Amino acid sequence: MFGGRSDLPLKGDVTSRYLPWLVALMVFLAAVSLVAVFVLNGVVESWNRDVSGTVTVQVVPAGDKAGTDRRVQQAVAFMRGVPGVVSVKPMSRDKMVALLTPWLGSSTVIRDLPLPRLIDVTINPDAVGDLVRVGISLKQSVPGATLDDHRRWLARLITVSRSLEALALGIVVLVGMVTASTVVYATRSNLAVHGDVIEVLHLVGATDDYIARQFADRAFSLGFGGGLIGLALTVPAMSVIAWLAHGAQGGFIPRLTLPLIGYLAVALLPVAAALLAMIAARATVRGTLARLP
Amino acid sequence: MRQRTKAEDIVRLEGIGLRYGPGPEVLQDVHMALPTGSFHFLTGASGAGKSSLLRMMFLGLRPTRGRVMLFNHDTAQTRRADLPALRRRIGVVFQDFRLLDHLSALDNVALPLRVRGVKESEIRKHVPELLSWVGLADHLRARPPTLSGGQKQRVAIARAVVGRPDLLLADEPTGNVDDQIGMRLLYLFEELNRLGATVLVATHNETLVERFTHYPRLHLENGLVQKVW
Ligand SMILES: Nc1ncnc2c1ncn2[C@@H]1O[C@H](COP(=O)(O)OP(=O)(O)OP(=O)(O)O)[C@@H](O)[C@H]1O
Ligand SMILES: [Mg+2]
Repeated sequence: MFGGRSDLPLKGDVTSRYLPWLVALMVFLAAVSLVAVFVLNGVVESWNRDVSGTVTVQVVPAGDKAGTDRRVQQAVAFMRGVPGVVSVKPMSRDKMVALLTPWLGSSTVIRDLPLPRLIDVTINPDAVGDLVRVGISLKQSVPGATLDDHRRWLARLITVSRSLEALALGIVVLVGMVTASTVVYATRSNLAVHGDVIEVLHLVGATDDYIARQFADRAFSLGFGGGLIGLALTVPAMSVIAWLAHGAQGGFIPRLTLPLIGYLAVALLPVAAALLAMIAARATVRGTLARLP
Repeated sequence: MRQRTKAEDIVRLEGIGLRYGPGPEVLQDVHMALPTGSFHFLTGASGAGKSSLLRMMFLGLRPTRGRVMLFNHDTAQTRRADLPALRRRIGVVFQDFRLLDHLSALDNVALPLRVRGVKESEIRKHVPELLSWVGLADHLRARPPTLSGGQKQRVAIARAVVGRPDLLLADEPTGNVDDQIGMRLLYLFEELNRLGATVLVATHNETLVERFTHYPRLHLENGLVQKVW
């Protein structure tokens, strides 16, 4: 398919035996890292969406139901008066029971618990003021009411996730560098081994580019082959991870999904590896030959 | 030999001195010129420096001093990027053949055409034809290590002439063949010369040279080139 005919005895040499496997490993690592980047990015985005628009008010139950209801009404009224608040909606007891059932089991048990009451508050993040101050004055005016701003602790999680993303991207870059420098060294040693052949090619009128192209074609096909192997290894590995992750999601871990662009990026990795190998080989040959007398 | 300065000299050596490393001077003060379309023999004892002289003409070696003019280019001023274009005008039969062992006879001969970007259909037409002419029709697919010395030599000659060079430099091109094939190969060079190529044949095969006394003979001795006839 690529570089069918070659004037250089490059077939079956050491490079063609180990380079594809190295590229396969590199593509595998890059694929896993890329998947991590895209999935984490999705998680962070969904957190961001959840977090920026809502806060929750929690009301500790008073001695009796009527007292608790009164507190809830007071808290709702208070929150409605805060500038930037779009809507205030007390969560029904049934919905809370439904939410807690998976965690605590039987709903009859939950029904008897003195559960705190929750109020969903939708805010306009741009218009709302300092939520910490709002929380303090809420606590003073309505006994047992606290404002739970998800943002503070989620912000920390987001920071952690973003660092993980950066780390994974760093791995992709590093993998690219390792691949490129391996190709550079392999090409250099090939050039040295086949010095006499290259001399003959020059003497019959070959340009440096003609010779470089042969090495580049070879590097491309080795890189592409290796990349396909790497991709083939990625599919089962990611399926296992996805299966394990499926059990973990729920609660504040949103559904883990790989966006279409993620699939595309991973699928293009063999091509990227092949192009990288090709460019590295070509540049090495041209650089080395240009230094000849 | 008298120094020429005519523009139509394809090769002109001016005051060439050559030494390898700290060794003695192999060439001392060589002045010679190959006019366009000429045919010369270059003779000299073994070790006289014939191959060294040729090597400078195909840009494989720089002189220690003096000037090598090739197609009216001063080779000392030639940029690396311009070398391929010059070399494509030169066909060389190396004394040690320099065939590529991993390629078939056919691919070896095709090499100068391939580096020029000649179409494969042309190559498949002309190269086998040329190989049959040098008597290797049955060895198109053979690799050099499986060929005899004389067969390798003929592959090397075919490779040198396949690109219709303006300048043909043949270093001992009949060293491994009997006189009959030797004559046949020289007729090939003559044919090429008739078509316009400038030819220089280095050899110490006296019998062969004696048969072609109509061509001038340059003799290399003590680092100097003299015209014998
Ligand atoms: N690469 C080299 N390094 C050092 N000395 C060399 C080298 N090539 C040739 N010489 C020396 O230069 C001299 C001329 O060698 P050259 O090969 O030009 O002779 P020649 O006339 O072609 O001989 P022959 O007829 O045997 O082929 C010899 O003394 C040889 O030892
Ligand atoms: Mg010689």
